[in-house]
Amino acid sequence: MNALPLAGIALVTLASVAVGVFGLRISRTTSDFYVASRSVSPRANASAISGEYLSAASFLGVAGLVLAGGADMLWFPVGYTVGYLVLLVLVAAPLRRSGAYTLADFAEARLGSTTVRRVAAVLVVAIGWLYLWPQLTGAGITLRTATGLPTWVGSLVVTVVVGTVVASGGMRSITLVQAFQYWVKLTAIALPAMLLLAAWHQRGAVDPLPAGVGWVQPYGARPTAHGVYQTYSIMLALFLGTMGLPHVLVRFYTNPDGGAARRTTLTVLMMLSAFYLFPPVYGVLGRLYTPDLVASGHTDSVALLLPERLVGGTAGQLLGALVAAGAFAAFLSTSSGLAVSVCGVLDQDLLRTSATSQRGRRGTVPGFRTATVVAVGIPFALSSTQASLGLADTVGLAFAVAASTFCPLLVLGIWWPRLSSTGAVSGLLVGGLTASAAVLTTVLHLAPPGWPAALMAQPAAWSIPLALLTSVVVSLATPSRVPAHVARIMVRLHTPESVHVDRRVASTARRSPGTAERGVGDRTSRPGDR
Amino acid sequence: MTQPPPSRVRVTSPRMAAVRRGSSRPAVREIDEETDLGHVYMRTLVRSQLRLAALVLLVVGVTLGTLPLVFRYLPSSSTYRIGGVPLPWLVLGAGVYPYVVLLAYLYVRQAEHVERDFAAALDRARGEDPHGTSPPAVRRPSAPDGTRGNG
Repeated sequence: MNALPLAGIALVTLASVAVGVFGLRISRTTSDFYVASRSVSPRANASAISGEYLSAASFLGVAGLVLAGGADMLWFPVGYTVGYLVLLVLVAAPLRRSGAYTLADFAEARLGSTTVRRVAAVLVVAIGWLYLWPQLTGAGITLRTATGLPTWVGSLVVTVVVGTVVASGGMRSITLVQAFQYWVKLTAIALPAMLLLAAWHQRGAVDPLPAGVGWVQPYGARPTAHGVYQTYSIMLALFLGTMGLPHVLVRFYTNPDGGAARRTTLTVLMMLSAFYLFPPVYGVLGRLYTPDLVASGHTDSVALLLPERLVGGTAGQLLGALVAAGAFAAFLSTSSGLAVSVCGVLDQDLLRTSATSQRGRRGTVPGFRTATVVAVGIPFALSSTQASLGLADTVGLAFAVAASTFCPLLVLGIWWPRLSSTGAVSGLLVGGLTASAAVLTTVLHLAPPGWPAALMAQPAAWSIPLALLTSVVVSLATPSRVPAHVARIMVRLHTPESVHVDRRVASTARRSPGTAERGVGDRTSRPGDR
Repeated sequence: MTQPPPSRVRVTSPRMAAVRRGSSRPAVREIDEETDLGHVYMRTLVRSQLRLAALVLLVVGVTLGTLPLVFRYLPSSSTYRIGGVPLPWLVLGAGVYPYVVLLAYLYVRQAEHVERDFAAALDRARGEDPHGTSPPAVRRPSAPDGTRGNG
């Protein structure tokens, strides 16, 4: 009886490893390893971004949230999608043109300060771990629901698979894995959803959204005075946090130029829009057929259980297996992407001794592999502590931290030449510390109920403006810390590739050997530059 | 670096101005050498892109951003049904997505347009615009040549 879902999970896992190892044959040099040689087509890249982005929170969490919280929770998938629109208009093309591979690279290239780089690196790792944690927990839930195995087994499986794939293949194989997994996930969420709707229709099409039930109305499920505040805070965190997620930015480097980065983002928006039509279907039908999950609090497993409850028989089991396989694809792909980014930063900025980094090399493949162990080991340890938050809630906190730190850094860095390195560091610290304090308070249930708990559970609405304001005020007070090469950086970020300006940043800015090397390499590999 | 003003000016042809605009200095060099004129080109480009981004965000803010308030203070909006589905579920569950994709599509088209105009304006400044149909997006300021290089 447990064989079908297990087979589905095993299939997806094996396929991911196979694609990953196949990619290994292509990725040979360190530069291939990191950036997939920039030979990934825009459509494959868009599939990869979407595949990587659709995480446990999207696949299981949204259905669970809608089941538990009703209409208000529809803001989560909307926010996950609109985040890409904000990213498109504010950062996509300039970020690609900056030539930065990680957020730390961008911070250093723009502000010419290694302190900013260090702070950004620490934040990338923190956000990465905060985001990896619910992925591993979700994998545990899936395997437990499907087979009855203890939760840690699923977490361990994903940890080991991701560690192996990332350490052996690097980004090239990851790109192929991700692109493949978007289509796995879309199929695994859409096909069962449509068949479930058909089964529901056959059973008499009972209205799952009856009038007069609080859950159906906005602010109905949690009729609290701070409902409006929470909704706006979630919107801000998700709209502005997407651009600060470490695994999202890396993908933009794989685009050949700024225009391609924009068109890739547009395709990503279409792919995400197609996907997010389906998770709420599970939540809504769950109200009719799995009401016990609301009482027991296991709402995150609604998508896994619904097929068997509603369709039943072998067909139901097959559909359940398909959902389980899709969910596993979600954990694998998001975790891989996060692990690659966290590894890159650990390897380049935090673990490596300064002596090696000054040799002017971009790191060695064995170093990257050591970093992989650290990158996936810590979140695995976190996930084995029993977390009491829902998947989408934990992911929401990761978004809030990203939105409070990297959103001000990126937006001001790209559009405001007067941002100084001191201003950037202050903003990162204020946003990072306030948002992390809120996360800790929420996870440990320290805030008193009512307004304090609401403000801590959704910190974005106050922590983002606070961080932004800090950056601006401190920058205005420290004009001497605005980098001398800022005009050239602006040229580099904003001029289209068809204009043959000199994109190299003046030599004073080349403190990091990596940045300089990339500056030159960037120029030679641009199709517009002849 | 200011060159001494020319000691005398001789008008040789009524088309003098037109000839001078096809300056021997390529406009790209103004940007590379970070002259005042180069800064003007860049500021114009960055501002048009920023204005476009702000417009899209404003539209999103006014439409999506007011929905929580509409649902809160216009209760009839959340009980209204289309085809049996309550309006909030229809809007947030499905309607938002094509809307966002449309906004993104319009943005990408417009942003590329701004960049093409920028490139065309630089080419024209160098006197290499073979089409000469569209009006210039970036105008050359009427500063005399002698002030160049002070920036």
